[in-house]
Amino acid sequence: MTDKDGKDHLLEALHIVKIFGTLRANDDVSLFVRPGEIHALLGENGAGKSTLVKIIYGALQPTSGELRWQGEPVTIGSPAQARKLGIGMVFQHFSLFEALTVAENIALALPGAFDIAALSQRIRTISRDYGLPLEPSATVGDLSVGERQRIEIIRCLLQEPKLLIMDEPTAVLTPQEADQLFLVLERLAKEGCSILYISHRLEEVKRLCQSATILRQGKVVACVDPRKETAASLARLMVGSDIHVVHPKAKPRSGPARLVLDKLSLAQDGPFGVGLRDISLSVAGGEVVAIAGVAGNGQSEFFDAISGEKPLARNEALLIDGKPCGRLSITARRRMGAAFVPEERLGHGAVPAFRLSENVILTRYASDKDLTRSGTIGRDAAANVAERVIKSYDVRKGKPDPEARALSGGNLQKFVVGRELDRNPAVLVVNQPTWGVDAGAAATIRQALIDLARAGSAVLVISQDLDEIFEIADRIAVISRGQLSEAYPASELTREKIGLLMAGEHEMREERHAARA
Amino acid sequence: MDVWFAVFLTIVTAATPLLLAATGELVVERSGVLNLGVEGMMVMGAVAGFGAAFLSGNPYLGVIAAIFAGMAMALLFGFLTLSLVTNQVATGLSLTLLGLGLSGLLGESFVGEPGVRLPKWLGIDMLIPLSFILTAVVAFVLFRTKAGLIIRAVGDSHSSAHALGYRVIWVRYGCVLFGGACAGLAGGYLSLVYTPQWVENMTAGRGWIALALVVFASWLPWRVAIGAYLFGAISILSFVVQTRGWSIPPQFLNSLPYLGTILALVVISASRRLTRGNAPASLGQPFVPDR
Repeated sequence: MTDKDGKDHLLEALHIVKIFGTLRANDDVSLFVRPGEIHALLGENGAGKSTLVKIIYGALQPTSGELRWQGEPVTIGSPAQARKLGIGMVFQHFSLFEALTVAENIALALPGAFDIAALSQRIRTISRDYGLPLEPSATVGDLSVGERQRIEIIRCLLQEPKLLIMDEPTAVLTPQEADQLFLVLERLAKEGCSILYISHRLEEVKRLCQSATILRQGKVVACVDPRKETAASLARLMVGSDIHVVHPKAKPRSGPARLVLDKLSLAQDGPFGVGLRDISLSVAGGEVVAIAGVAGNGQSEFFDAISGEKPLARNEALLIDGKPCGRLSITARRRMGAAFVPEERLGHGAVPAFRLSENVILTRYASDKDLTRSGTIGRDAAANVAERVIKSYDVRKGKPDPEARALSGGNLQKFVVGRELDRNPAVLVVNQPTWGVDAGAAATIRQALIDLARAGSAVLVISQDLDEIFEIADRIAVISRGQLSEAYPASELTREKIGLLMAGEHEMREERHAARA
Repeated sequence: MDVWFAVFLTIVTAATPLLLAATGELVVERSGVLNLGVEGMMVMGAVAGFGAAFLSGNPYLGVIAAIFAGMAMALLFGFLTLSLVTNQVATGLSLTLLGLGLSGLLGESFVGEPGVRLPKWLGIDMLIPLSFILTAVVAFVLFRTKAGLIIRAVGDSHSSAHALGYRVIWVRYGCVLFGGACAGLAGGYLSLVYTPQWVENMTAGRGWIALALVVFASWLPWRVAIGAYLFGAISILSFVVQTRGWSIPPQFLNSLPYLGTILALVVISASRRLTRGNAPASLGQPFVPDR
């Protein structure tokens, strides 16, 4: 099998179809990867990228279609078989065991006997060779996300793969960590290892990849050289239309501070939790403040502390519209006009087996008077609210008022954000507002957040997506190991500066301050 | 001296069934499965062991029957919880009720019959050294071999183990069957060594103590051995108290193993060093592979 350049293909996926129930996740998808190239697989969430690579890695079986490896037709029945062929994969959600050590985690992926001492030596060698520092005897639960990714990469490298699949590897990294990763990937490609690189970050694809296959709604829409495209043209191919640009920001009106955090601290909860230390921040009515940071640096604890899921020791550590409420419950804070959207939408933001209207009642029964009448539920009123949210945020569903779990992730996200926006809260705190939402809907949500702020509310957004943060935020603060940096005006910050803050620059500075004092 | 040796011997006899059953359950829980049916598997082992030895006259056949009875119960549990993905807690509880009822029915004609005692080897019951060998083997396999690493991995994160290509369900079936064999053997010890006769409900809550023991030992084999002897000593204590005429209610002494477990849980959860790495993270969670 040769292509027009006369080069052999390492991997060919021909006419792959994968059907889940009624959904055609992959619909006649073909993909060709040459030896030693970095090949991008682009597409929005739900376009079928993950399904396709899981088929290549043997974790899923195609409904129909053929795989060819070095020209030979193959059936890849399991990940073990894929690894035997020379296919390695670094998952977006790591397949690691938190209670085991680095070396034990790696041993699990390798065939053959179990010799921790010899393996630790090999891990040290390879981690030095590639500049991926890692201690074999460390317990995974204690490691940062970046370090965990290194385990996955080294685990693949030890098997000397011919094809390495990377599923959105930079989603969890600081810009600096991402740069380091690119160097490793470029070096691997030079050594002859092909890389299948899944991403929806167009700039890094343009920088890193020699070719790109673009998927949309389960179908291949184009196969291009990303270096010859612009980010806009790639985005158009991914989405199928021009993306609605968020309305240029009107100047934030500087109103009074509506949400104030004053030296907020929270003890570490459990061995893998993060404690919060002396966090101070003030969000005025009229502005959007964003909290950037790499996952696992205390974002969930920060959210829980503000929402009231974890009550604070000091009542004055948190003020909503000037009233101290650090020790009040979530419901009491909601009555004061605050609204909260947690990161995990199914299970945390919505009860999976409850209808959407019932989920409306759960967060709004205290603040909306007509949802409950002397203790009984106002079903009609709830249904009206649900209907209004569904209409305004274009929530797509199979039947009227479905159970929350029947919605796709992106549609449920639109619903849980819309449910709170619909209240016109005085203070809105959102964790990962557009996680897993397609570009069009993400733009709608971001616009709604800005509009809410401009109407006089205080909006606090926690996000790991720097593009999103720059799009909506008036001021940006960075959280790193449970400490929050100063909130800088967005115009004064660059990606590099944020990267340094993510790596904990402000902590060091504060420590120097402390040393001087 | 002789008195102390006798006391020691009674402690050993009381501790051995706990050690056998708890070591089996430890492996089951390390693989991420919570089988609350230990009592049911034990009592089935006891009745099957007694019955086979009584009917054939061969106590060794009794031991084998006890092991297989425990495994049969475990297989039922495995089929329900692993293949049909029923709730592990509810299924385990029903398994105990089923075992208690079924053993009473099967053993009705054995009540009052003289049992066959398992012969001693070199003056000691062979199941006693066997229980220690079992603990040593389990400790070695769990922490020094690839098979043990896979069991711990499956118990820590079944989805990760699946993503790496391990057959989570089959690993768990193996562990559940091993746990059943151990519980059955522990039951056989009761009806072939401890009191060689059949009495309905003769396990008398030892399966529950074994379950508590696994938590008490924070999922470590050698701590299970220590705990088994500690709990064994406590259960002997109530006899001593009665014979001496001390006025401590026996109910209080009988509840000591459970109080000890609660205390151990409190101590464990208060200390980061003890919690870490021991409690299997996916304990009791059902696993359905996406295909």
